[in-house]
Amino acid sequence: MSAKTLEEPVRRFQEFLGHGCVVTDPVRLRTYECDGLTHHRATPGVVVLPETAEQVAAVVRICAEHGVPFVARGAGTGLSGGALPRTDGVLIVTSKMRRIISIDLANRRAVVEPGVTNLAITEAVRDQGYYYAPDPSSQQVCSIGGNVAENSGGAHCLKYGFTVNHVRALEIVTPDGDIVELSENDPGYDLLGAFVGSEGTLGVTTKVTVRLTRAPQAVTTLLAAFDGTERGGRAVSAIIGGGILPAAIEMMDALAIEAAEAAVSCAYPEGAGAVLIVELDGPAPEVAHQFGEVTRICAENGAFELRTAAGAAERAAIWKGRKSAFAAVGRISPAYIVQDGVVPRTALPGVLADIDRLSREHGIRVANVFHAGDGNLHPLVLFDDGEPGAAERAELVSGRILDLCVEHGGSITGEHGVGVDKSRYMTKMFSDDDLDTMQLVRCAFDPLGLSNPGKVFPTPRLCGEVPGVRKGAHPLVESGQAEQF
Amino acid sequence: MDALSETGVTLRRAGADDAVAGVVPRWVALPETTADVAALMRACAAHDLAVVPTGEGTKLNWGNPPERCDLLVDTRRLALEGGAFVEHSPGDLVVRVSAGLAVNALASFPGFRQELALDNPLPAGTVGGTLATAVAGPRRFRYGTARDLLIGVTVVLADGTTARSGGRVVKNVAGYDLGKLFCGSYGTLGVITEAVFRLHPAPRERRWITVETPASPASERPATGEGDALPDTAASPSGLASPSGLAAPDAFTALDALAAEFAASQAEPSAVEVDWPGPGGGPTVAALVEGTAAEERARAVLALADGHGDARIGEAAPAWWNTLPGDDVLLEARVPPAGTGDAIRAVAVRGLSARVRGSAASGVLRVTLPHDVGHEAFAAFVSSMRDDLGRLGGGLTVLAAPYELARGVDRWGPVSALPLMRRVKERFDPDRRMSPGRFVGGI
Ligand SMILES: Cc1cc2nc3c(=O)[nH]c(=O)nc-3n(C[C@H](O)[C@H](O)[C@H](O)COP(=O)(O)OP(=O)(O)OC[C@H]3O[C@@H](n4cnc5c(N)ncnc54)[C@H](O)[C@@H]3O)c2cc1C
Ligand SMILES: Cc1cc2nc3c(=O)[nH]c(=O)nc-3n(C[C@H](O)[C@H](O)[C@H](O)COP(=O)(O)OP(=O)(O)OC[C@H]3O[C@@H](n4cnc5c(N)ncnc54)[C@H](O)[C@@H]3O)c2cc1C
Repeated sequence: MSAKTLEEPVRRFQEFLGHGCVVTDPVRLRTYECDGLTHHRATPGVVVLPETAEQVAAVVRICAEHGVPFVARGAGTGLSGGALPRTDGVLIVTSKMRRIISIDLANRRAVVEPGVTNLAITEAVRDQGYYYAPDPSSQQVCSIGGNVAENSGGAHCLKYGFTVNHVRALEIVTPDGDIVELSENDPGYDLLGAFVGSEGTLGVTTKVTVRLTRAPQAVTTLLAAFDGTERGGRAVSAIIGGGILPAAIEMMDALAIEAAEAAVSCAYPEGAGAVLIVELDGPAPEVAHQFGEVTRICAENGAFELRTAAGAAERAAIWKGRKSAFAAVGRISPAYIVQDGVVPRTALPGVLADIDRLSREHGIRVANVFHAGDGNLHPLVLFDDGEPGAAERAELVSGRILDLCVEHGGSITGEHGVGVDKSRYMTKMFSDDDLDTMQLVRCAFDPLGLSNPGKVFPTPRLCGEVPGVRKGAHPLVESGQAEQF
Repeated sequence: MDALSETGVTLRRAGADDAVAGVVPRWVALPETTADVAALMRACAAHDLAVVPTGEGTKLNWGNPPERCDLLVDTRRLALEGGAFVEHSPGDLVVRVSAGLAVNALASFPGFRQELALDNPLPAGTVGGTLATAVAGPRRFRYGTARDLLIGVTVVLADGTTARSGGRVVKNVAGYDLGKLFCGSYGTLGVITEAVFRLHPAPRERRWITVETPASPASERPATGEGDALPDTAASPSGLASPSGLAAPDAFTALDALAAEFAASQAEPSAVEVDWPGPGGGPTVAALVEGTAAEERARAVLALADGHGDARIGEAAPAWWNTLPGDDVLLEARVPPAGTGDAIRAVAVRGLSARVRGSAASGVLRVTLPHDVGHEAFAAFVSSMRDDLGRLGGGLTVLAAPYELARGVDRWGPVSALPLMRRVKERFDPDRRMSPGRFVGGI
């Protein structure tokens, strides 16, 4: 599609939104060319900055009329290229939709616009003893609309669940441009549940009703140092097996600790081959009891040092190393890939050993940071981009790690989403029939395939085509005769 | 029938006992594997036969009668590949089960302190039936409903396609979550054949705090006509304030205050339920505290009930806990939790011999009416309650009601996303052969 095709839509956007909310200047357009996965880039055809749901609906309706693809974007922190723009399309950015519309503590809920940051919700209710539970590490900047699209989790999702468990209703603009409410209280299909995590492929979120959670009475954070991940892993299994569901259990291996030390001097116990951070929260007597159990279990499994945070400041000190881990590896490696995969918790020791083997085989270092409680690995694959062939080897190791996840019955992504980055891995996890069935949902919402096309699904099918007939790419798509999502 | 027999799946002719909301199917099939179900569905597709899936059949009277029904697919013999019904991975706190299994089988796992955190009502339905009706009990307040515990699903669509989504790990955002879509789908999208659930540590102890609050005059007030049932409260900031037309504070206002305190307690009850026995009775509020130090935490909850009525702690649930208030004529009201008292009052002022029970913490209430309430009174009840609950930000659905009684009544009520739901149905079941007509908007 040429720039000319966008001419008429742009004129109409300006009419509906005003010139200030329509970006066509190439320099400004380029600031939107990627999200957190920076090696995928594309300059959007045009960017719109709507302020209301009605404006979003108007934009989408114009896109539908002209057959122009659109991509929604929140804060652009996504790590799978989900917000990668289309050069022939419209990028709908929610940065001007940042109002907290209402807070209703009596019903433990808040209604917010999609551009509101995750943390802003908690900040608005913290003084009243409430918070918004899902807490991605990016919570200071990422938008709730992005969280809904990615079904984001955080360190505390082990106990509290993901975005989907905390969203009670959504207002969306469908790919036809209709404003529709999806509510947990409405009878009928759970379209709310299907929409959350759909990565912007089923429409644009314009309003989110979230559940607010009562702050726990007590929080205890504990750091345990082990000689290596194997013992740490055993402690994790024993904690969970002992009937304890901590708010969070995080693990870092030696290389990740080294990086964190270099970056933020977190002063973790010297000589630790692995550290475990366990956070317990809930009613005070329960936390006190569980603290005793966890301490005992860690000691029994070879923890050589245990620290307990006495207050908020000490808790922050314990978390500091963990929270800085992604950025910190920059200190020990010129370049790195952040991977995100999941294995059943019991497979962790074996998978870590396999990663270690891969690492040695290919001469690529891998630092491991993970949400140990739910088997969500974030291997940081380190390489020197100055060294010829290193990037390719790193890519290979990174991909092989996903294969390991699938082989062990896990998932290719626990929280960063599929986006453009992992669509090619979807066929490793799902059969053609599985993917075709998911496409039925896509086609119900978006028969023209205009909402964030090219994301999530590997080999798109034209809506209306008979399922099962397709093998491989659609011939029209292959020959470049048809645009597909 | 020949085409169905060729699948090799056990078949029998249907009888009056097999009726689905009054519609008698022609045959009943008893598949034993997912592949059996797929074969049946392909045969049905080839001969344009309409299918209704069933488990124990305890809730086949929920929803509209099907427009047509040729084959009942009884899932109770369905097993996982390899013949087992349950595959438990204790270290991962995950269980994979056949959809035909009784939910009660997942209440405990001998040798492991783990449970599926779904309440297990009696008589037990199947996993598939529980998912398809999306019913949930008291602990929904803490654990959510089946959709929040389901992490993977296998389904067979109308054309025989077998599809899977999710997987065996709790944390997983790859692809659309078809499990959510099938939860509460009333058999209209396909047959669920397998489910994977996350488990929770089973609590060591449980305590119930029960508060019997006194009846208030309002609950005895006879119906005085529809208009004044619930004054318009839209003007108040939350839209949920106690209606000024009735003597306040009454038992229902007090109930909301108590339930709110319970729900917000840092002793973290897993459930806060209410039972209103009908005209003349006062609501009973009960909270469940489970896990470590349950007694100590229960005492903290009990302290909040001071001055609210007769309060006590017990080691057993009240008799009405986790049961539906009735069978024949059953409705579900959903309101923002702080509107629970207003919703019960709205029932009370209508003067029918009703009973209300449900989650005060989640605002999900089941209402039962006498089966001889009469068509006119029933229709008036549904439509005027919808108005009142709508003002509270809620709605009402008819879960079960004899056909004659509910004649002409929209069982589901208005839904903003109905056009989208129709489109989903058209994609999954273009020939309308899966439980046709049973669901919202006649889907
Ligand atoms: C340092 C760092 C740490 C992170 N930690 C975590 C973590 O702990 N857990 C976790 O889950 N993720 C994490 N992430 C990933 C990322 O922050 C989340 O995926 C987040 O939800 C993205 O929000 P966003 O507003 O930045 O969305 P964007 O990147 O702008 O968009 C992400 C996707 O959402 C879609 N989208 C955005 N807004 C809308 C809307 N209104 N309607 C429809 N679709 C929309 C986009 O099309 C795109 O597909 C991290 C990222 C970084 C950079
Ligand atoms: C708190 C609580 C208390 C309850 N108390 C009672 C009680 O006291 N008495 C009582 O009878 N029930 C009670 N129930 C409800 C009951 O337990 C569930 O509705 C039950 O699990 C239904 O199971 P079933 O096997 O009987 O389903 P069925 O009645 O066989 O089917 C129900 C619906 O699901 C569909 N369906 C069934 N299986 C499948 C499948 N595999 N795939 C797709 N669709 C399917 C059917 O087509 C039908 O529409 C209670 C529920 C709760 C939450």
